[in-house]
Amino acid sequence: MESRYTDNSISVFRSLDWLTVLLYLVLVCAGAVSIYAASYDFDHASMFSFNEFSGKQFLWIGLSIIIGGVILLLDYRLYEAYAYPIYGCMIILLIVTIFIAPDTKGSRSWLVFGPVSLQPAEFGKFATALALAKLFDSYNFRLNAKISNYFRALIIIFLPIILIIMQRETGSALVYFALIFVLYREGMSGLILFSVVCAVTFFVVAVKYTETMILGIPLGEFIVFVMVMVIFIMLLLMYCRDTMVAIFVTAGFAGSGLIVTVLELCGLHINGLIYFISIITLACLYTAVMMFRGDIRKFLVTIGFAVVSVLFLFSVNYVFGSVLEPHQQGRIKVALGIEEDLRGAGYNVNQSKIAIGSGGLIGKGFLNGTQTKLKYVPEQHTDFIFCTIGEEEGFAGSVAVLVVFTAFILRLMVIAERQRSPFGRVYSYCVVSFLIFHLAINVGMVIGLCPVIGIPLPFFSYGGSALWGFTILLFIMLRIDAARKERRE
Amino acid sequence: MRKDYNLSKRKYVIGGFLCTVVLIYIIRLFNLQVADDHYKANAESNAFLRRIIYPARGLMYDRNGKLVVFNQPAYDVMIIPKDVGKFDTTALCQVLDITPEILAEKWAEMKSPRKNPGYSAYTPQKLISHLSQADYGRLQEKLYMFPGFFIQKRTVREYSSPTAANVLGNIREVSAKDVAADEYYRPGDYTGDLGIEKSYEKALRGIKGVEILMKDAYGRIKGKYEEGKHDVAPLAGHNLTLSIDIELQKYGEALMQNKIGAIVAIEPKTGEILALVTAPSYDPTLLVGKQRGKNYAALVRDPYKPLYDRALQAAYPPGSTFKPTQGLIFLQEGTINTSTMYPCYHGYVNRIRVGCHGHGSPIAIKPALQTSCNAFFCWGLKNFIDKRGTRPAKQLEKWKDYMVEMGYGYRLGVDLPSESRGFIPNPEYYNKSYRGVNWSANSIISISIGQGEVLATPLQIANLCATIANRGHFFTPHVVKAISDSVIDPKYTERHTPEINREYYDVVAEGMRMAVLGGTCRGAALPGIEVAGKTGTAQNPHGKDHSAFMGFAPYNDPKIAICVYVENAGFGATYGVPIGSLMMEKYLTGNISPGRKGIEERMLNSNTIISSGVKVH
Repeated sequence: MESRYTDNSISVFRSLDWLTVLLYLVLVCAGAVSIYAASYDFDHASMFSFNEFSGKQFLWIGLSIIIGGVILLLDYRLYEAYAYPIYGCMIILLIVTIFIAPDTKGSRSWLVFGPVSLQPAEFGKFATALALAKLFDSYNFRLNAKISNYFRALIIIFLPIILIIMQRETGSALVYFALIFVLYREGMSGLILFSVVCAVTFFVVAVKYTETMILGIPLGEFIVFVMVMVIFIMLLLMYCRDTMVAIFVTAGFAGSGLIVTVLELCGLHINGLIYFISIITLACLYTAVMMFRGDIRKFLVTIGFAVVSVLFLFSVNYVFGSVLEPHQQGRIKVALGIEEDLRGAGYNVNQSKIAIGSGGLIGKGFLNGTQTKLKYVPEQHTDFIFCTIGEEEGFAGSVAVLVVFTAFILRLMVIAERQRSPFGRVYSYCVVSFLIFHLAINVGMVIGLCPVIGIPLPFFSYGGSALWGFTILLFIMLRIDAARKERRE
Repeated sequence: MRKDYNLSKRKYVIGGFLCTVVLIYIIRLFNLQVADDHYKANAESNAFLRRIIYPARGLMYDRNGKLVVFNQPAYDVMIIPKDVGKFDTTALCQVLDITPEILAEKWAEMKSPRKNPGYSAYTPQKLISHLSQADYGRLQEKLYMFPGFFIQKRTVREYSSPTAANVLGNIREVSAKDVAADEYYRPGDYTGDLGIEKSYEKALRGIKGVEILMKDAYGRIKGKYEEGKHDVAPLAGHNLTLSIDIELQKYGEALMQNKIGAIVAIEPKTGEILALVTAPSYDPTLLVGKQRGKNYAALVRDPYKPLYDRALQAAYPPGSTFKPTQGLIFLQEGTINTSTMYPCYHGYVNRIRVGCHGHGSPIAIKPALQTSCNAFFCWGLKNFIDKRGTRPAKQLEKWKDYMVEMGYGYRLGVDLPSESRGFIPNPEYYNKSYRGVNWSANSIISISIGQGEVLATPLQIANLCATIANRGHFFTPHVVKAISDSVIDPKYTERHTPEINREYYDVVAEGMRMAVLGGTCRGAALPGIEVAGKTGTAQNPHGKDHSAFMGFAPYNDPKIAICVYVENAGFGATYGVPIGSLMMEKYLTGNISPGRKGIEERMLNSNTIISSGVKVH
């Protein structure tokens, strides 16, 4: 027993998950090299020069490793014991930030200490993760046991969201919604996760693609209807497990779709709205008739999904098109990154697509990118860093980065699952959720698939705050994991 | 336990979600980078060239619709250093008609981090600016010989007549500071400098467009990317309609030649400035094109300071043109009424003495304005400041507030840069300068006749005249009357009314009318037009008195209010009055009546600059 305390550091480094550390180092170094490429200019300054973003980034990386080391050397029980106080302090810091932070480009989220600026929102992540983990670690806590448990979890999550929105950093605030994955993993009904994902997707698609018309309805609505149909079939197949009904419905959808396409090609215009409503209603009626064959509840959920989705689509259209004023619509669209602020985001995305597209299969080679060199892509060393990789390292490089990232996150999930305590597991899943959200949104926006929400690509984007925030997040997790064998259950 | 096992299966859902998203992204990347042919084609072509298309800068018209400022094309030689291959230096020098030394110098200038901080070998850099039409033609023909070179079309300003340089301003290349302050600017862009070009820069400059061109591996331009689908057309700047009457402005400048001073003419009904003359002035075309730097330096060195806009930057003692304001305050405060008479024994004699000239005594306000009696206003101020039951400081504070309301002591807010505030003393000022000593009306008596500490710009004096012409209100003077597809700042249509009754303005206006009929301003009388006026002769520490005049006409329906200020020209009646009356006549009737041609001749040919005391080297 005594020796464990004296040999704390040795035992930590012995049971540390070195694979994760290795992947972490690979990612941060690749990041700094990309930053060098993104800000590389004619004067061929050294990668390590502190005048360059890359040089500074190496400095931030060095400091990160020190921070990581310190975190590993501390007793793991500290994080458990002080989870709430840390969370409390961070909330106070977030509140203070609203008032004392200077206004930079409309947001009040940066604290300036002489030459260094820090963004408290980045450090709110690990504090929130700790608090959430602590909550789930309380004696006999089960999320589904009482409805008040949901409230407690949601309060922990929403407090920083509200404060960060008040700092006008909508992007950073949205990140916290990723914690829905943690709630799901800890027992929240899968239907809720499913509905949330569907609702967000439908909303974004319906609002974003309103320009082109297809079958007399906007492209966005068309896509949503098709998605509803596909998901309907998938639900029949995988949730209700009724292959026969699924095949019939698929046949119906495909057949009618074919007829509509042929008619359209012959010059007969079909109103898409009427077509989709009627075919989905037919599918629902058919399913309703067939539902006595199996689990009625599951069939009802499937039908409910279709009906609610269509109603949701209409209400989105109604609220957005009729209730809100045009300038309010514009503001929401710009805030969510759906509409392209002509001078800002839209331009960035277009440029970044051109840059990535011009990369080809194997890229133009390190430091040979012309698009990113010419500073066509603003923010190219921060939020749009992936675009430099795409241009210079091509398809191969981008995929490699995505694969390493995915491997890294999957490895974190393995670590999360091997935790014996809810504290370790919930905390680890928080880390996993944040990383998934950041990766999905950041890369998605650079390649033009997601709304432009200005959040960094973890470990790659330039900036001390984000890097330190993620490093702290990760190393606390590694510290907790390293102690898993010491823990007595 | 079973329940937990079930939950742990959810890791597959979360992991599956991650893998699905990444898979979708990989497919998308494959589409963008590998499958899509036109991106591949672009990948083979070396790069895009984003060429900025500069918008046409807004034009300026005068109040009668005459075009005053417009654009002419100019050409800059641009290079992308990275793309510049081997080329024949001698051939380039021949085409551009310059010596190799100059080329080398320009080259060094472009690369110098001090002179061109935004230098990058990858982006377009300006090598030579303002090519002439002929040089442009030759270079365009031979451009194929010089890889990495291209020509950027720009516009420079042209003026329909060499006048109003102080109002119009000019354009210059942006400084590193401008670029840092406003993300619109890139090094090498132009921005307004001085005058309207500066104050209306945002309206005039328009919005830049961009065309995306494709280049091949040799840097040759292969045409527009996707037939210009991603190009953005530039949006021309707003055109301005000035309130200036360019003919009147020209005439004013002619009258002011060989003199130092200013003329400000305002339309009282709107506050629109009809003419804003400063003398000496300069030809605005001096500050256009290649020679700008050299000429600018010469103007800065000029001992007569032509770049200094005396109409709104010079703070002069207003002299007797200040007296109407005093009359107004005394009437409003009840210090005097229209029949109050003060004695004038060839001046104000009350322990100290302020001189005056011959006229009847005692005298009431209207004749006092008519004859410009110093004593009357000194007595008025004395009785106002030393009023029983209050303190001088309190009274002076009140006095200052009235002056500020009438537009003195602070910037009026004209839409031109670097307006001066003038100076109106307040009690603290005197407390400080008479440290410990009690000051009284006698200590500050000269402010009542516009001397002493009081300073005003010709614009402020003209504004006072416009207020009297309107009988009690004014609009902030401005030089831009309308902006195409936009509106002028609402502050220029807002009526300002000092807290002084209209009837008192009637009194002062009548006094000024009497001055023209049979007082100091007799020379301002015009055939068939009722003129009102007030002379000013301002003592100053720089030699001979300044000659000033303010007046308005016609008396009952004023269309013009004017202030003329001529440095070191003696009595107000000798220069101020004739110049002012000629300006009013010119504006109201369009020409000068035959009987007054002699005055016109004399004013055009006179020279007061010799008495200014400025040493010319």
